[in-house]
Amino acid sequence: MSNELIPSNSQNPIENPGLPAHVHRQTDEDPKAEKRAERQVASLFLLSALSTVLFIYTYIWIPDDIFTFIPILGDMNLHQLLLGLGMSGAFLFIGIGAIAWARQLMPDTEVIAERHELRSKDEDRKDFVETVKAQGATAGIGRRPLIKRTLGAALGLVGLAPIVLLRDLGPLPKKELEKTSWKAGTRLVTDPGDRPIKASDLEVGAVVQTLPELPEGTERSLNDIAKDPVLLIRLRPSEFNLDAERLSWTHEGIIAFSKICSHMGCAVALYEQQTHHLLCPCHQSTFDVTRAAKVIFGPAARPLPQLAITVDAEGYLIAKQPFTEPVGPSFWERNTK
Amino acid sequence: MSAKEKVPAAIANYVDERTGAAKWLKKNLTKVFPDHWSFLLGEIVLYSFIILLATGTFLTFWFDPSMKEVVYNGSYEPLKGLKMSAAYESTLHISFDVRGGLLMRQIHHWAAIIFMAAMIIHMLRVFFTGAFRKPREFNWVIGIGLLTLGIVEGFLGYSLPDDLLSGTGIRIAEAIIQAIPVVGSYLSFFAFGGAFPGESFIPRIYTVHVLLLPGAFLALITAHLMLVWYQKHTQYPGPGRTEKNVVGYPLMPVYMAKAGGFFFVVFGIIAFLGAVASINPIWLYGPYTPGQISAGSQPDFYMGWLDGLVRMAPPIETHALGHTISWNILLPGLIIPGLIFTPMALYPWIESWITGDKREHHLLDRPRNNPNRTAIGASVMMFMFVALLNGGNDLIATHFSSSINHIMWFARIGIIALPIATFFITKRVCLSLQRADRELVLHGRETGRLVRLPHGEFVEVHEPLSQAEIWKLTSHEQPGALELPETDINGVSHPKALQSRLRARWSKSNAEQIAKPTAKELENESHH
Repeated sequence: MSNELIPSNSQNPIENPGLPAHVHRQTDEDPKAEKRAERQVASLFLLSALSTVLFIYTYIWIPDDIFTFIPILGDMNLHQLLLGLGMSGAFLFIGIGAIAWARQLMPDTEVIAERHELRSKDEDRKDFVETVKAQGATAGIGRRPLIKRTLGAALGLVGLAPIVLLRDLGPLPKKELEKTSWKAGTRLVTDPGDRPIKASDLEVGAVVQTLPELPEGTERSLNDIAKDPVLLIRLRPSEFNLDAERLSWTHEGIIAFSKICSHMGCAVALYEQQTHHLLCPCHQSTFDVTRAAKVIFGPAARPLPQLAITVDAEGYLIAKQPFTEPVGPSFWERNTK
Repeated sequence: MSAKEKVPAAIANYVDERTGAAKWLKKNLTKVFPDHWSFLLGEIVLYSFIILLATGTFLTFWFDPSMKEVVYNGSYEPLKGLKMSAAYESTLHISFDVRGGLLMRQIHHWAAIIFMAAMIIHMLRVFFTGAFRKPREFNWVIGIGLLTLGIVEGFLGYSLPDDLLSGTGIRIAEAIIQAIPVVGSYLSFFAFGGAFPGESFIPRIYTVHVLLLPGAFLALITAHLMLVWYQKHTQYPGPGRTEKNVVGYPLMPVYMAKAGGFFFVVFGIIAFLGAVASINPIWLYGPYTPGQISAGSQPDFYMGWLDGLVRMAPPIETHALGHTISWNILLPGLIIPGLIFTPMALYPWIESWITGDKREHHLLDRPRNNPNRTAIGASVMMFMFVALLNGGNDLIATHFSSSINHIMWFARIGIIALPIATFFITKRVCLSLQRADRELVLHGRETGRLVRLPHGEFVEVHEPLSQAEIWKLTSHEQPGALELPETDINGVSHPKALQSRLRARWSKSNAEQIAKPTAKELENESHH
C-alpha cells in the first residue's frame, strides 16, 4: 500500500530535547511535608465518613416538612437539602482524598512506554488471507452456487420476520386523523366545566376554551382532547376581514377555531386582545383571528381550521357542521389546502 | 510467609490457574496514560453514565410506566383529587413520598445533562486536536453514535413522567413522525398504538429507555474503551514525546487513584447539584392533557437546537396530487440534522481524502496549527449556537423585553451568515496565533523590563524560550498543497475532474500557514 507523497514541511528548527528533568515535590524531600500530606488525605476520608453519618441521620430523624431559608437558594426543604449534601460530601471527599493522595504521595515521575504500529506484519497478513481461503475452501461455498444463492435468499427473507412482527403495534390510520367529535348540532361546552354557552355569555374580547358536548354517561378520552378543543373568541363584527362563507360561519362576532396548532399540534393558548393575534407557545406561529386565523408569523404553513357555529333553539352555541378539514399537524394523506 | 501475605497469594494463584490473568495484568497494570485536563472529559461522560444507571435503577423501583388514568391522593396538596396518568402519579410519589426520591430524581436529571454536555465537549476536544485521525476513526464514529443515542435517550427520559411540559414534547415528536412522506401516519399509529396520545407510548418508551438504549450504550462504551486501551491514548506534543511513544503515569497506582477518585468527585458534584438546584419540578407543570400548554415550553439543551431550528423554519408546505409534504417540519426536524450528523460521522475520511494523509497519528494537533479544521469546527458550533439560542427565543424575548419577531429574523439570517463569518474569522485568528508563536520562538518572551542602552535608546528585554518550549511550538508538521492534475498526460479531462479540483482547492487552502521558524532563522536570531 503506497501512500501518496504528501508535500509538507516537517523540518524542525531544533531536535526533540527529550523529557524534562524530574522536579521533586516538597513531599518527596521533606518528611514533615509528607506527614502533613498524609494527615490531609486521612482528614478528607474522615470528612467523607462524617458526611455519610449526616446522610443517615437526616434520612431517619429529620422530618421532610421543615423549610429553612438559605441565602441565594431561597426556601429549602431541610430534609432534602441535608440528605443531598450528606451524599455529596460522602462521595466528594473520598474523591478529593484519593486524588490528593495520588498527587502528593504517589510517584510523579513520568514514564515512557513505546507504541507499536497497529498494522500486522506482512507475513501475518498473508498467513491470515491464506487461512481464510483454505478454511473457506473446505466449506466449498465457491463450488456450490446453489447453496450460496439459497442461503442468501433465506437470510434476506429471515430479516422480514421481526419487521412483520411489529405490524400489530398499532391499527392503520384509516380516516382517524381527519375526524373529530364535532357534528352538525353539537353543543360547545366550556373546558373545564362542561357548561353549554349562550352567545350572550361572551363579552366582546372574551376567549373561551370549549369542547364538544358529550352524550350522557360517556367519558372524554385524551385522544378526543387531542383533536377536539375549540377556541371561541368574540370580536366586534366590524373587525372581521372575512369572505362571505367564512363570515357566515361566525355568530354575532363570535368566531371558533381549532385550538390544535396546524404546525405541530400544540395547544394554541396565547391570545393578544389588542391585536387579535393567536400565538402558539411552542414555536411562536402567530395567527390573525380577524382574517380566519391566517398565519402572519412563524413556521406554521396553514391557518387554524375554523368551525362553523350558530345557535340552537334554546340559544346555545352549536356547531353548524363538522370541521371541513383535518385539525392538527399535516400528514402525507392530507388532501386540503 | 506471613498469613497476611499468604491469603492474597492463594487467591491470585487460584484465579491465575483458571484464567492465566497474571501475564495480562502484569503488562496492563503498569499501562501508561498521558496526563492532561482535557482527557478528563471522556471520564466525566463515563462516570455520569454509571451514575445514571445507579440512580435510574432506584427510580424504576417506584415508577409506574402506565398511562392508565388514576386520581391523585398523595401528599402534594395542590394536585389532590386531580385525574392523571399512573406515570405522573408515581413520579409525584417518588418526589414527595419516598425519602431521597426527589434527590435521586434530581441527581438522575443532572447526571443526564452533564452526560450530554461532557460528551459534546469531549467530542469538540477530539475534533479540534485531530484525535479522530487514523487509527482512531472507528472510535469517532462510535462517539457520534453515542451522541445521537444520548439525545434520544435523554428525550425519552424526560418524557416518561407524562407531565404537561414533556407531553408537549411528545406531541411535537409525533408531529415529526407524522410528517414523514408516504409512511408518516402509519409510523405514528404504530408508535402510539393508534391515535395520539393513546395509552401505549409511555410503557413502550420506558422499555427503550431502561433496557434497549442502556444496552446499546454499554456495548458501544465497552467497544470505545477497549479501542482506547488497545490503541493507547493520544498525547499532546511536547519535549520527549513522539509519535512512537506514550509519556505519562502508570495505571497502578497513580491512575487508579486519580481516575477512581475522579469518579467520586463527579458523583459528589452531581449529588451537590441534585441537593441544591431544583431541576424539572414536574409538580408545577401539572399532568399532561393535549388541550393545555404552559408558556415558555423549553426542551433540555441537547434538544434545544432542534427546537430552535423548527421555530425558525420557513412556513412551507407542498400540496400536490392529494398529498401534503411539510417542509417546515421535515427540513429542521430530519433533513438538516441528517445533513449535519452524516458529514460529522464521515469527517475523518473526508479530511484524509483531502490531505492524502494515510499515516497513523498519535500526537495531537494544536488547533491553531490546522486553521481549516478549526474553522470548520467553530462554524458548526456557531450554527448550533444560533439554533439553540432561537430554541429559547420566547424566554429571551420576555427576559430582555425584545420582540420575538426580531429574534426569529436574526436567527433565520444568522444561522447562515454567522457560521460563514465564523469560518473566516476563526481561520484568521488561527493564522494570527501562528504568527504569535513564530514571534515568540524567534524573539522570546517579553519581560516588561526596559533597559536603557548607552546611547540613550530604550529597549525591552526579551527572554529566550527554553528548548522544551521551542519544541512545543515548532515540532508540528505544516502541510503543503497537493498537486492534482485536472487532465491526464494526453490532455484529456480527468473523469473525476470536479472532485480533483475541489480537493486541490481545499488542499491549497490547508497549505495557507505561517511558516514556522527554520533552524537557520533561529540561529540568526540568537546572535542578536
